[in-house]
Amino acid sequence: MEILALLGDGMLLALQPLNLSLILIGVTVGLFIGAMPGLGSVNGVAILLPITFLVPPGSAIIFLAAIYYGAMYGGAISSVTLGIPGASTAVATTFDGRPLAMQGKASLALVTAALASFIGGTVANVFFTLFAPALASVALSFGPPEIFALMLLAFATFVGLGGDDIPKTIVSICLGLVLASVGFDTISGEPRLILFEMQGFLQGIGFLVLAIGVYGIGEMLWTIEQSRGEVTTTTPRMTARGMVDDTKEAVRRGWKGTWIGSVLGFFVGVLPAAGATPGSLMSYGVAKMVSRTPEKFGKGNPDGVAAPEAANNSASTGSMLPMLTLGIPGSPTTAILLGGMVIWGLVPGPRLFVDETEFVWGLIGSFYISNLAAVIINLAFIPLFVWMLRMPFTILAPMIFVLSIAGGYAATRDMHDVWLMVIFGLGAFFLRRFDYPLAPAVLAIVLGPIAEPTLRQSLLLSSGDPSIFFTRPIAGPITVIALILIFLPAIQLLRRRRAARRRAA
Amino acid sequence: MRTGEIVTAGLLGLFSLYLMWKSAELPVGYIAGQGPGGGFWPFWLSAVMLLACGMIALNWWRGTSPPSQSDEPLLDAYGWRTLALVGGGIVVFVGLINVVSMYGAIAVFLLYYMRFLGRHSWALTLPMALIVPLAFFFFFEGAMRITMPSGMSFTDPVFDVLYDIIY
Amino acid sequence: MPITKRSLLGAACAGLLALTPMAATAEGWEPRRPIDFVIMAGPGGGADQIARFIQSVAEKHDMTGRPLVPNNKGGGSGAEALLHVGQASDPDHTILVTLNSFFTTPLRQENLGIDIQEFTPVAMMGVDPFVLWVHADSGITTFEEYVEQVKSMGGEYVMGGTGQGQEDSIVIAFMSDAYGLDITYIPYDGGGAVAKDLAGKQIMATVNNPAEAKGFYEAGDFVPLLAFSDERMPAYPDVPTMKEKGHDFSYYNQRAVVGAPGMSEEAAAYYQDLFTRIYETEEWQGYLESESLSPLWMDADEQRAYWQQQVENHRRLLAALAG
Repeated sequence: MEILALLGDGMLLALQPLNLSLILIGVTVGLFIGAMPGLGSVNGVAILLPITFLVPPGSAIIFLAAIYYGAMYGGAISSVTLGIPGASTAVATTFDGRPLAMQGKASLALVTAALASFIGGTVANVFFTLFAPALASVALSFGPPEIFALMLLAFATFVGLGGDDIPKTIVSICLGLVLASVGFDTISGEPRLILFEMQGFLQGIGFLVLAIGVYGIGEMLWTIEQSRGEVTTTTPRMTARGMVDDTKEAVRRGWKGTWIGSVLGFFVGVLPAAGATPGSLMSYGVAKMVSRTPEKFGKGNPDGVAAPEAANNSASTGSMLPMLTLGIPGSPTTAILLGGMVIWGLVPGPRLFVDETEFVWGLIGSFYISNLAAVIINLAFIPLFVWMLRMPFTILAPMIFVLSIAGGYAATRDMHDVWLMVIFGLGAFFLRRFDYPLAPAVLAIVLGPIAEPTLRQSLLLSSGDPSIFFTRPIAGPITVIALILIFLPAIQLLRRRRAARRRAA
Repeated sequence: MRTGEIVTAGLLGLFSLYLMWKSAELPVGYIAGQGPGGGFWPFWLSAVMLLACGMIALNWWRGTSPPSQSDEPLLDAYGWRTLALVGGGIVVFVGLINVVSMYGAIAVFLLYYMRFLGRHSWALTLPMALIVPLAFFFFFEGAMRITMPSGMSFTDPVFDVLYDIIY
Repeated sequence: MPITKRSLLGAACAGLLALTPMAATAEGWEPRRPIDFVIMAGPGGGADQIARFIQSVAEKHDMTGRPLVPNNKGGGSGAEALLHVGQASDPDHTILVTLNSFFTTPLRQENLGIDIQEFTPVAMMGVDPFVLWVHADSGITTFEEYVEQVKSMGGEYVMGGTGQGQEDSIVIAFMSDAYGLDITYIPYDGGGAVAKDLAGKQIMATVNNPAEAKGFYEAGDFVPLLAFSDERMPAYPDVPTMKEKGHDFSYYNQRAVVGAPGMSEEAAAYYQDLFTRIYETEEWQGYLESESLSPLWMDADEQRAYWQQQVENHRRLLAALAG
């Protein structure tokens, strides 16, 4: 009961005119920053940090949290309308969001994404309110072996995402994992795989470089070439009636993915090392796995939009938890928020909930309000985003290229990365021509940098004994489930082939 | 297509060999008591990639994958032309960034794409090529505080004026 | 949104400013471009926090005509940042926030061809001491108990840190050598991750800057055993120093700002003045105190001499680490 009273006070604090207007502005700004490929909440939060000196610390962090929420909603917009995941958390959204947009159902995809995000955020907020301190100790019990087991599980859930050609899928996954290890080896502290001795590779190959290259350049070239210059995405005019219909359809066809994403996303997001990307991938994989019609995924299934979108919002809220309760940032954005709190003289960590009750509950209250504001503002802007799709393709295409190049540069401010992006784009065009699936490579470059160090840290802990992944109480079951899931399709395939051969003989 | 399939697999195979050779600069084995060395992960994954390329080649030889059966050309004349005009345009665009600044290059690219590939009228192309880079400037430099390459020094006077406007 | 308001205001005055662009430079050199404020670490780490704190102080007091734009270049243990600043095309608008990898990275990767003496000294904002921490549940309360515990475990004692050749590993290597300890060292990719795994008892001890462990210390989870500072730290008066234990060893992480090689004298003077003013603000002095940094102010010549001395020190420490 006490919690509810505190939360009520917090919400009232967030509803004060100054704070409420900050929330509205923050959400709108965040929405547009998140919708730009290459820019994400981290940019919005970092840039606005100094400006928050103009308002009291409580309002400042509410403002920053609002930007954070807005950007999370915005990520889906570029995934659906441009087909470029603007952030790693929105990769899975492209799988079904892009096909929907190509079928002229962009508004359905966007409405589904908005509603799923809202529910994901709300579910996470409720968990957050009720169990914050307890969940913090769960997060602490995840050491390197547990995180590695979780990454294995994430791989397992999207093993089925590849194409029909198994060797080509393997090439794609390996390529992503190897490119992820370029740069610097955390464990030995040595530079590694500095390809062609170019110094630009010292910083590694970022997810955005590959994702924008593959989707923003490669996929666009592919569309232009395939359509013979006659791209017409039949997008019906937006009407109020259409929005209502879309909402009904989104609810009917996306509720299952939404719940899976909301719950799974939150628990993965709470773990400091994992974060929102594995959360959204696993949710997509699980939604596909439990679906009665898994073959519809990847062809424009609202469930496939709802699951990752609910998950990334839920996980983003979840990743606030280790920051507040432990003082440990779960993502670059929360790292900057953490810096902000230090600047304002607050000490994030185990004492924060006790010493700064008013601040903490004001912030949590503002999560609820920001989330509500974000869904309303997002829905209001959907007609604008759909209108963009109605532009002639010969204007839209160069705009997407320009956004990709400028956004790709903005992410790391290094021309080396822009060139690399162009090379990946051209390479992706040809690989696409020969039926190589590219999504596995893009996902692998996100998970690789988490999986490899945790694998090696675990083995250092156990003096090189791999049984550590099976004997620890939390890591053990996760590893076993992951291995079963990885090998299940292979076993089934073999059995089916043998049966077929027997029948033939 | 059929030739392209084996050439792609061959190139990827060569690339994985290069990656293996490059990873071998760090220990690739399993160090007793410590687990895998620094090159272990990329080395063995590249090896798996090489193996998969071998399987692709095998499928090609047996003719079981769709591209290895198809005898349509990799790209027809239209396809090559599109690739050269659009892909080439992007390469020139990126090349121009260090000469005429990010914003200058955006203007040139839009002009080229909209006028010559899209065949839009000058009345539409010119304002777009002017407004988009300016909007990008105010968005990135003014609002997001991200400085983009300003090209060679002859662009300085323009940027001095622009920076005076936003700060 | 404040920015928009500002940009609008700016746009309104644009004509005026464009007519008198030299007005602001009457009293000396002034930046004409946004200042590339390069950070030798990824977002979220100690160095990043300090850089953003400095940026926000400058912003709050409106100290610069052009903004400091933080630019994280953490790759390759700071190698990326050193290369970026070392080859800066506009040295008058490029400055770097450093930590000790400013000394160690050029030593460890000689093929980078970086000579730090070519950089331009700007300001030494303070030095960050290191402290040895254990989890409260271990029951260890003194350094002697710790040494005994490590010895009794014969190589099974696990410590975490930010990587071989990084600041904390140098300290641990010295300590292990001085007391004959056999420690399993697990590298992580950031101080925050190390602190989290100590709190979760995945590892048994760490050597960390106080800022990264403070929250857990205040909550009673972490126990400080030994400080590697010259004198006892005001925030931890009961924690003995390595010097008291009879070893002449202290180790600090430098929090300094340096300019790109080839920076003009006028620009260097501008930044030196700017950071002196930032250093003297109430906010920075408060930050030094709350995060347990020690002040170590020095002028440009002293900084160069300090660099020389640190390079020699680290050459020795790294050689010991490798041997």
